[in-house]
Amino acid sequence: MTGVLPIALEESRKIVQALLLSGKEYICVMKLHGEAEKERVKKVLKEFEDLIYQRPPLRASVKRRLRTRRIYYIDFFEMEGRNVLFKVGCEAGTYIRKLCHDVGEVLGCAAHMQELRRTRAGPFVENRDMATLHDVAYWFMEWQQQKEEKILRKFVQPMEKALALVPKIYIRDSAVDAICHGASLTAPGVLSFETGILSGSMVAVFTLKGEAVALAEAVTATEEILNMEHGVVAKTRRVLMPRSTYPRCWKSGEA
Amino acid sequence: MPRTALPWETKRKLLVKAEDKTNPRYGHKPEERPAEEYVKYGVINLDKPAGPTSHEVAAWVKRILKLNRVGHGGTLEA
Repeated sequence: MTGVLPIALEESRKIVQALLLSGKEYICVMKLHGEAEKERVKKVLKEFEDLIYQRPPLRASVKRRLRTRRIYYIDFFEMEGRNVLFKVGCEAGTYIRKLCHDVGEVLGCAAHMQELRRTRAGPFVENRDMATLHDVAYWFMEWQQQKEEKILRKFVQPMEKALALVPKIYIRDSAVDAICHGASLTAPGVLSFETGILSGSMVAVFTLKGEAVALAEAVTATEEILNMEHGVVAKTRRVLMPRSTYPRCWKSGEA
Repeated sequence: MPRTALPWETKRKLLVKAEDKTNPRYGHKPEERPAEEYVKYGVINLDKPAGPTSHEVAAWVKRILKLNRVGHGGTLEA
């Protein structure tokens, strides 16, 4: 199975949880174990759109209990003999191998996943800034010899790229170091923020330079933040920026 | 049937609460980080080859780049 596998280097490992929770897209070849009409295959695939129940397969890294997953779409491409090619966009944690198996059950002829290529993991897509292992080895060597940073930027992207789909809150320089020490984000530190923030959802706290400071859990929704003068906006969950990158602007010893 | 809203197509608007400037003495724009820091806070959009597991592939990247730790976003079976 091939395709998009974002690799987080060193400190940026802290953002993988954001990627694990993000939607995926795959191109899949499903092999049928018997004859089935093309129109029927198309129809059955459509039935698997929206919410489905799925029990993780035998070889899975999670508990094997029935769970629901959202299939955003299944686009049938073509069918040749018993091979069916389709594209599927789905919620994180959907097993495509299982999906193929279940489609086979509904069709009655049984089926299995023959080939799979991931074409999206959250903000990362195929063919855009993508590198093979060979590219990585080659460009790394080139960079070591030539010391030109543009070579590095060919295959490594800032961790902020991985947070492209997470709603952001931009904060004052003076609020940064407190967040780096684990403090919650309070209203006076907020400069701007994106729509779509829900209470309890993950937000990314950014500086005006566009650097990620931390991942946090929003305690208020977008609509409320605008009118807040004080109080906690988000609780810091994962600090991404090292301490003392920005100056410390709070007084110690206060109650 | 209308499609379910796709999480990667969500359009967000920026609402401004207050204006301020950022001091150029501290921090860096992500794309302007010094090379060593750029790698430490970097992500590779890797095209996984068929055969090895996601963990093996991540370990290879770690070795190629001579790093201490790497992680991967979402296992893609061998």
